[in-house]
Amino acid sequence: MNRDTRRTRLLLALLLVTSIGLITLDYRAESDGQRSPLDGLRSFAAAVFGPVEQVAAAIAGPVGDAVHSVSELGDGRGELARLRREKEELTRQLRTSALDRNRAAELDALLRLTGAGRYRVVPAQVIAVGAAQTFSWTVTVDAGTRDGVQPDMTVLNGDGLVGRVKTAGPTTATVLLAIDPNSSVGVRLEGSMEVGFTTGQGLEDLLDLQLLDGQSTVVRGDRLVTFGSQGDTPYVPGVPVGEVRGVRGTPGSQTRTASISPYVDFSALDLVGVVVQPPRKDPRDAVLPPRPRTTPLPTVTVTETVRPGAEQ
Amino acid sequence: MTAAPSRLLLAAVLVASALAAQVTLLNRLSLPGATPDLVLLVVVALALALGPTFGLVTGFTAGLALDLVPPADHEIGRWALVLTVIGYLAGLAQAETRRSAFVPLAVVALAAAASVLLYAGLGALMADASVTWVAVSGLLPTAVAYDVVLSAFALPAVLAAVHRVGPESVA
Repeated sequence: MNRDTRRTRLLLALLLVTSIGLITLDYRAESDGQRSPLDGLRSFAAAVFGPVEQVAAAIAGPVGDAVHSVSELGDGRGELARLRREKEELTRQLRTSALDRNRAAELDALLRLTGAGRYRVVPAQVIAVGAAQTFSWTVTVDAGTRDGVQPDMTVLNGDGLVGRVKTAGPTTATVLLAIDPNSSVGVRLEGSMEVGFTTGQGLEDLLDLQLLDGQSTVVRGDRLVTFGSQGDTPYVPGVPVGEVRGVRGTPGSQTRTASISPYVDFSALDLVGVVVQPPRKDPRDAVLPPRPRTTPLPTVTVTETVRPGAEQ
Repeated sequence: MTAAPSRLLLAAVLVASALAAQVTLLNRLSLPGATPDLVLLVVVALALALGPTFGLVTGFTAGLALDLVPPADHEIGRWALVLTVIGYLAGLAQAETRRSAFVPLAVVALAAAASVLLYAGLGALMADASVTWVAVSGLLPTAVAYDVVLSAFALPAVLAAVHRVGPESVA
């Protein structure tokens, strides 16, 4: 049992061959664009492990949030004034549950966005996240086919586009995030018909934009919404995606590329909505928040009038 | 394979709880770089305690579970292959663990690096667009660092559980 015997090596070879066989089966179907013979195994696992993850997430959720907020505190060392303000804020928050307030705010933002775009969504909570080592950016949400969630539906939250449903189990669904390198989304520049597509870079705060027209003018601060896929799957139109952070490539080349800061904070995904019914009309730019107007700093002029006889 | 049923049960419970903690807690911390790999540590710890046969079977099972549990979105069998190899090799180091306390740490560090490289290598073979040198080199140092730190807690816990379940079998 403990030693490296011939039987051990035989077992090793057997299991290695099994693994390679599984990979080959799955990979061949995937590259041929067919349903994998292992999809049944996958949905069985989703049906079995999904509910387990829901329970585990309910236990782990508050722990993770606490750790996350501690690691965020570390960002601003020595800012005594800020911490003091935060302390006051935290004591206030202690009265109501901070977690509930956070959820309420997220739900509020989601309602605002879906109302503006007339999307019908099923709200869902992120319960599990894929490891960075897998090179794929996916999360599991706690809504599945029983809630009306189907593969290739758009997923968003109060800030904007999150991704699309990759697979759906009975009570859970796996979402491919927009930042996954294999994820590409058709987008349109606000207020124009300039279209292009974003691709994930495997980073939490960056998307790459390719504009189809090499002549198009795009500048820092331009905002993007989804263009809408054919038949509204996988992406419905009008969902805010992000803002142009920088432009690369010279005008006149085949395509223009730009870096985009996504609106969604992919490192802290919690409440999302799965669009189960697309809007009847393209909401165009209506879902984007009103542009923060740059108000010029008011110039204060102080005039002092000296009244004769006022002094002393 | 004549393992005591109690040990198999223990391994199943450990892998399952590690898996649950992995997807619902550790992966969500969004630490810079890689994610601390608790499932890998459980496989390495069991292999170090119980030898190559136990290691490779646990590795295959844990890997297959990692391949199937949502939100997994890669070819089924990738983690199974990687963890089978790592479980076997870590098991070969079983005899060395008595020599020095640093052996388990070295095994963990090697296993962490090997898991990233093997998994990425399989991806490169299948022309996975997301596997790039930049991505891999960004993951490697943090993967090793997180796993070595986490192993300081995880290894003793797993070993204590193994010893409680049954006396060390004669090699």
